[in-house]
Amino acid sequence: MVTLGDYLIVSAILFTIGFAGVMLRRNLIVILMSLELMLNAANLSLVAFSRFRVGTNGLPDYNAQVFVFFVITVAAAEVAVGLALLVALYRARQTTDVDDITSLKF
Amino acid sequence: MSLFLFWIFAVLTVVFGAAVVLNRNPVASALSLVVSFLGLSALFMSLDAFFVGIIQVLVYAGAVMVLFLFIIMLLDIRAEERRRVNWLAAAGGTGVAVILLVQICVVIGHFQSARRTFPPLERSTTDDVWNIGRLLFNNYNLPFQIIGVLVLVATIGVVLLSRRQPR
Repeated sequence: MVTLGDYLIVSAILFTIGFAGVMLRRNLIVILMSLELMLNAANLSLVAFSRFRVGTNGLPDYNAQVFVFFVITVAAAEVAVGLALLVALYRARQTTDVDDITSLKF
Repeated sequence: MSLFLFWIFAVLTVVFGAAVVLNRNPVASALSLVVSFLGLSALFMSLDAFFVGIIQVLVYAGAVMVLFLFIIMLLDIRAEERRRVNWLAAAGGTGVAVILLVQICVVIGHFQSARRTFPPLERSTTDDVWNIGRLLFNNYNLPFQIIGVLVLVATIGVVLLSRRQPR
């Protein structure tokens, strides 16, 4: 049988992949995609805990699923703003590579 | 949900998630991300969260990924040319990620409930969407409206950001 730990391990691996993408890749679009991956890994563990904590009425804990709904909404808004910033940056500098954007570098 | 289907979708999600990071071409990364999200949606449905699984497909695999592909097409981004990789930075980044994974796995290993299987569900008289909707509009009414304002602000912000500046 599938245990809670199996879902948590899959979630941990997905989060680590997203984290590695943010650390290693230099393309801003891929960095944004890796951020999405990390948000979705967190969603997976939220849903797994929701299913694990069955209430007295025999239904899963829907509070966590409402929280996942909020996370998905905020992530969609974040992607829209992030990509608009990316387009504005590309217009100003003609690049999406983080190595070329060093004006604020200490 | 059988063990077999769980492992198929878990491996699908993780392999295509890794492909997002490993592909040099942003278009290939975006398409891998779509497949990874579809696998994740199947995992949600295996946890009896049908509403979340559906909005995962609709919002992520549908709307967000179309936005990504549209921007990639608009900016005409090609595959990264092979520039000299900073091996020290790459090794450092990988090392930090591996340390994070090991830490999370140790925490899960010490978590007693992680070895238990999921308790059985009662047959619900109402469907999944009804249950979530009732909770959303009763207990979480104020956060729901704040989220609405947030999306409105994000829309206005995007319009302002992408307007061409008058010179």
